[in-house]
Amino acid sequence: MASSTSTRRVVLLCCGSFNPITNMHLRMFEIARDYLHRTGKYQVLGGIISPVNDAYGKKDLIESKHRLEMCRLALQTSDWITVDSWECEQNQWHPTMKVLTHHQKAALANYNACKGVQVRGVKRRRQDNDQCTGSQDINYGENNARTSQRLRGRYKPIQLTNMPTLTKTKRCVHSQVDVETTQDQSDSDLQVKLLCGADLLESFAVPGLWADQDVEDIVSKHGIVVITREGSNPQKFVYESDVLYRNSKNIQIVTEWIYNEISSTRIRRALSRNESIRYLVPESVIQYIKTNELYQKDSNKNKSQIFFCFSELLGCCCLCITILPVYKLWHGFVK
Amino acid sequence: MASSTSTRRVVLLCCGSFNPITNMHLRMFEIARDYLHRTGKYQVLGGIISPVNDAYGKKDLIESKHRLEMCRLALQTSDWITVDSWECEQNQWHPTMKVLTHHQKAALANYNACKGVQVRGVKRRRQDNDQCTGSQDVETTQDQSDSDLQVKLLCGADLLESFAVPGLWADQDVEDIVSKHGIVVITREGSNPQKFVYESDVLYRNSKNIQIVTEWIYNEISSTRIRRALSRNESIRYLVPESVIQYIKTNELYQKDSNKNKSQIFFCFSELLGCCCLCITILPVYKLWHGFVK
Repeated sequence: MASSTSTRRVVLLCCGSFNPITNMHLRMFEIARDYLHRTGKYQVLGGIISPVNDAYGKKDLIESKHRLEMCRLALQTSDWITVDSWECEQNQWHPTMKVLTHHQKAALANYNACKGVQVRGVKRRRQDNDQCTGSQDINYGENNARTSQRLRGRYKPIQLTNMPTLTKTKRCVHSQVDVETTQDQSDSDLQVKLLCGADLLESFAVPGLWADQDVEDIVSKHGIVVITREGSNPQKFVYESDVLYRNSKNIQIVTEWIYNEISSTRIRRALSRNESIRYLVPESVIQYIKTNELYQKDSNKNKSQIFFCFSELLGCCCLCITILPVYKLWHGFVK
Repeated sequence: MASSTSTRRVVLLCCGSFNPITNMHLRMFEIARDYLHRTGKYQVLGGIISPVNDAYGKKDLIESKHRLEMCRLALQTSDWITVDSWECEQNQWHPTMKVLTHHQKAALANYNACKGVQVRGVKRRRQDNDQCTGSQDVETTQDQSDSDLQVKLLCGADLLESFAVPGLWADQDVEDIVSKHGIVVITREGSNPQKFVYESDVLYRNSKNIQIVTEWIYNEISSTRIRRALSRNESIRYLVPESVIQYIKTNELYQKDSNKNKSQIFFCFSELLGCCCLCITILPVYKLWHGFVK
């Protein structure tokens, strides 16, 4: 464990649909970082947004390429939060704990690589300004077009900030490969914490939704930072859960005093009703939604309803055409 | 009055401190416009933000030049909302009704001027794209009327409820605002301003001119909370337009704690000095009296 006199280095990871990303998602990072710094115990090195895999199958979930691009556009003005495509690139959906584990290893490898520590399995390519990279599939420059199916080259890897040991010429980027760390590196150097809203915390109690071991591992090995609204009481929920209570020192509850309810669901609803979403979602994201005609729910629903009715009608006609001769035959036979 | 089959042309006017402007202020316009269009009875031609005059004297109110500039920066991406400096430029503070009256005349003159109608006294300046501006004082001819265009007051439920605060509003002003202009009130889910309208005779009488719009995507991004966050060096990103954040940072605005500490130190020093002077004055008098008594 890190010594009690030093600050604990933290990376904040936020998982979710981001369908689409909103100002509320972005605020969570800002509030969490302010809070952790205010405690004097933590140093936030970066933030990662990890949109869920398409295979999750949530209703109205649009393709990950759109969700990733909207996140990238929204984060253009941020110097410490990035979007990561690893979760979207997998062949199947992975539980949150697996995503956390991946990012823990990757962030730790990246951090140690920047410190000059030898890490087994990481492949580095030094560039002119002595940047370290850790993903062999990254193609920069003219090769970006060929990596359209491999999203790694397109999305800016996490840039760890506030690295006092680094000189100006050295910047580290996130490794997007699975790496093994040597035994003498440990999670004490850096910890990836799960950033979430109070609704996720309360979802731990929903029967069958989370594997018990996953909940235990999330709160014990990583910890969570919960953003809650004024008047809400997640502390009571922690108290009522044995596993959460046992690990309560790893659960940071942060009150958002400048509350907003800019949920993606309400944004989608507004869009489907042709209502304005300005000042709730970054302007660049609004333009992207408009250009790609996303979330036009009513028109799609109407089209699918019409198609469904037509199919049903056709099916009925076919059935009648089939049954009628049989009936006549039987009728004639009975007579 | 406009014919019942046509839509009523409306301009939305929002008065306030805008100290600083936030995404919540900007959202009010968007929600109000969507709502009015949805009724099918109104056509919103534009929106005006009118920051209050410095002479209003509200606590922590920074100079109007900064508030105006932040509004201008925030509205760079809007094609229908503008900031107007008329209220700030006056020599004194003016009540809301007077600001409404000014903008009603100006907007009407501007609208008619763009339609090519001759309006006495209007100063027009046509730009390359033939836009009309009209923020100076104008007189309208008698045959134009408010039926062509109406300026409505856009506000939150708190302003509506402030009508009931004794002495805060002139009774005639409240009557005129709701009868001659109308108000569009943005309220949060769960709130009940309709009850407040019901309990007030003047509002109830003019309830057809009071549009109550629920903001379902609620936020509490008040300027007070923004200033508090800034004074505590906390982030306000994604609550306020990025250009406004940069302006605040460049001009070192809302650094409340440092100013407060400085003024506190100054105050203590002044008090101490005052006590010393008092002692120096009283002591000889006391000695004189003491000697006299002896």
